[in-house]
Amino acid sequence: MLVSEKSALTAEIEGIVNEYGNTRDNLLPILQRILNKHGHISEFAQQEVARLLDIHPVEVYGVVTFYGFMRVKEEGRYIVRLCKTISCDLAGKEAIARAIERELDIKFGETTQDKKFTLEYINCMGMCDAGPAMLINDTVYTHLTPRKAIEILKNCK
Amino acid sequence: MNAKILKRAPVSQQRQIIDKDSKADIGNIVEIEINGKDFKVPLGVTILEACRSNGIHIPTLCYHEDLCIAGVCRICVVEVEGMKTLQASCAYPITNRINVWTSSEKVRKARRHILDLLLSEHYGQCYTCHRNNNCELQTLAKEYGVDFFRYGHIQERRYSVDRSSFAVIRDMDKCVLCKRCVRTCIDLQEVGVLEATYRGDRTKISTFMDKPLADVICINCGQCINRCPTAALKANDPSDEIWEAIDNPEKHVIIQTAPSPRASIGEEFGLPPGHSMTGELNTALRMIGFDRVFDTNFSADLTIMEEGTELLLRLKKKLVDKDDNIKLPQFTSCSPGWIKYIEHFYPDYLDYLSTCKSPQQMFGAILKTFYAELHNIDPANIVTVALMPCSAKKFECNRPEMRSSGYKDIDYGLTTREMAQMIKEAGLNLPELPKSNFDDPFGEASGAGLIFGATGGVMEAALRTVYELVTGRQVPFQNLNIEVCRGFEGIKEASILLTEVKPEWSFLEGLELKFIIAHGTANAKKVMEMLIRGELDDYHFVEIMACPGGCIGGGGQPIPTSPEIRKKRAEAIYKEEMELSVRKSHENPHIKFIYEKFLTDGPCGHISHKLLHTHYVRRGRYID
Ligand code: SF4
Ligand code: SF4
Ligand code: SF4
Ligand code: FES
Ligand code: FES
Repeated sequence: MLVSEKSALTAEIEGIVNEYGNTRDNLLPILQRILNKHGHISEFAQQEVARLLDIHPVEVYGVVTFYGFMRVKEEGRYIVRLCKTISCDLAGKEAIARAIERELDIKFGETTQDKKFTLEYINCMGMCDAGPAMLINDTVYTHLTPRKAIEILKNCK
Repeated sequence: MNAKILKRAPVSQQRQIIDKDSKADIGNIVEIEINGKDFKVPLGVTILEACRSNGIHIPTLCYHEDLCIAGVCRICVVEVEGMKTLQASCAYPITNRINVWTSSEKVRKARRHILDLLLSEHYGQCYTCHRNNNCELQTLAKEYGVDFFRYGHIQERRYSVDRSSFAVIRDMDKCVLCKRCVRTCIDLQEVGVLEATYRGDRTKISTFMDKPLADVICINCGQCINRCPTAALKANDPSDEIWEAIDNPEKHVIIQTAPSPRASIGEEFGLPPGHSMTGELNTALRMIGFDRVFDTNFSADLTIMEEGTELLLRLKKKLVDKDDNIKLPQFTSCSPGWIKYIEHFYPDYLDYLSTCKSPQQMFGAILKTFYAELHNIDPANIVTVALMPCSAKKFECNRPEMRSSGYKDIDYGLTTREMAQMIKEAGLNLPELPKSNFDDPFGEASGAGLIFGATGGVMEAALRTVYELVTGRQVPFQNLNIEVCRGFEGIKEASILLTEVKPEWSFLEGLELKFIIAHGTANAKKVMEMLIRGELDDYHFVEIMACPGGCIGGGGQPIPTSPEIRKKRAEAIYKEEMELSVRKSHENPHIKFIYEKFLTDGPCGHISHKLLHTHYVRRGRYID
């Protein structure tokens, strides 16, 4: 990371911390803000948050790894999360998975070369009656078919 | 102050110490029933404490006397009548009349199942494990009659062993996730290297970004090792290399022994804490095959000469020459855990540290120069081993700065536990051995060196010498025992008035020499914050030890540890000290000899600067 990038990030995090207050109970909203903006919470960002809240970097790391939706490395701009729980499974999640993998030419857990898509499985998100279901960033897609899923991916700009 | 603590650990997680007697006085007593019998207990104590103080056994795993309550292992569950579920007794404060059952069928079954579950994920076998016979998990398995793996037993490693650190090795396949190490590192030591990460069955204890321990801000204090109930944490053991050197006739293998291991090594052989084994240990070391057995207290005396002189020089430069670049108070530098702590957390304040090496390293430098010359031995063939209560010493002897003799000044740092293992391997039963003395020329040491082992010891030793150098009189304390320096309070402060000083020290006439003693890096942190706020401007000398209790509570000492055990060890040291004839560093005849023959330009002179002093590294706390 360049020094200028670092100081920009520091300034940004200082701003966020000022807004929420520098106590440890504000850790989660602060992390969410960083996540929303950057898509991940980098090593340096975690250490800056720790410094400003006067806690240890490893405590921040503990929180970040606890939550499945938080990440420490830069990944795809679109994070595709396909439900792997039983209702969606029975509704045909496997076919969707294969179609998406073929379309993007990556496996689950991987990110495309152009950093556009990351593929992940998640557990039930309460859309069981409308499975198979997936989540792309904040949007839920239901009643998927392989064709529909690929169509949705193609529409991601 | 309070707000600060709040930020670190939620109040609910901090250890609440309730003064039982005072509660009793104001009548806050609760009557409870345990296993059908009536007991009176102070309001607010936990079920666990109430049972223990009445001789009722409840097993624990995540509970540790030095740490805040976690309540995560659930092995301590008991039945509280009227409650639907079993309650963790370590985390249940008694506030009203309750009926408790500590070993009902439900309780016994639950405990057994908890163990079965723990063991199902516990990789490895006890007979290839260094905690065999001193493992809390193993003990519990025996206590609850575990004779098969109800839920299976993991057959393959899930993690790789982290051997990156010179001091601490982490084998997370042996971890039971009790978080004692986490609480030790974050709350007790306030270093903050370890934390539970991930979630559910993927939970594991890890460092920041899962980095190797050598790459994070670990200060190598080993306190986490001492509190780990299993073999997940251990010190980096050099005994194989040491055996090899002993078995090689070309090598002249020297061991120096620090004061604290002597006061504790008996525990490894089944003795209760508080037995000094100095003489027996010397015999054992010779029988093992060390060519020379020296006393680290000798170089502790040397440290006092150097560090005391350094302090007087700083005072002179500050008070007489009005040199504002001189930093006071002077901080001690003999605890390598503390050194790494300040290098990481307060890199702007390194000038406050004494430049003296620790006694271990001073000795090494002397052995591979003066001693080698005196006995005409090629220093390349000298192997120097240091028996220390400390895991940070392993890191210290590997610092690149520690090669002023032209060789690695100290080749290996060995802990008390590892030494005990070597003694056992040699077929010796330490407590039964005859006593013998240290070897010359560094055999004799003053008691001042001995008390280095307990918090406050360095200060006491230094004051005895500095006061006498300046005034020509003994310190004005009965039997030379400077009681204010003793005891386990986190931060102690006191002062001593310098009057009727010798003419050459006239600038110190009437000076109130003010000093502070702190142990455990959490207390060191408080002292540093005081320094930063300018509250220490009129102080002169600060002693810091990284480990709670000082070296007697070091990370290489026998397991288990508790406030009671540390107190016993310290008592053993002070008792032994009283029996010594020389109790002031500057009166040690060997010290006089070495300044006459070798360090000819005196304490803090040219030669000693080259060999006995060092510099520090600005590490900072960012991790790349
Ligand atoms: S850690 Fe304890 S239970 Fe586990 S293998 Fe070692 S001795 Fe046995
Ligand atoms: S050795 Fe000390 S600093 Fe390092 S992880 Fe253990 S407790 Fe923390
Ligand atoms: S490493 Fe040891 S102390 Fe830390 S959680 Fe695991 S078993 Fe407990
Ligand atoms: S099972 Fe897929 S959303 Fe519930
Ligand atoms: S000892 Fe009480 S929950 Fe672990």
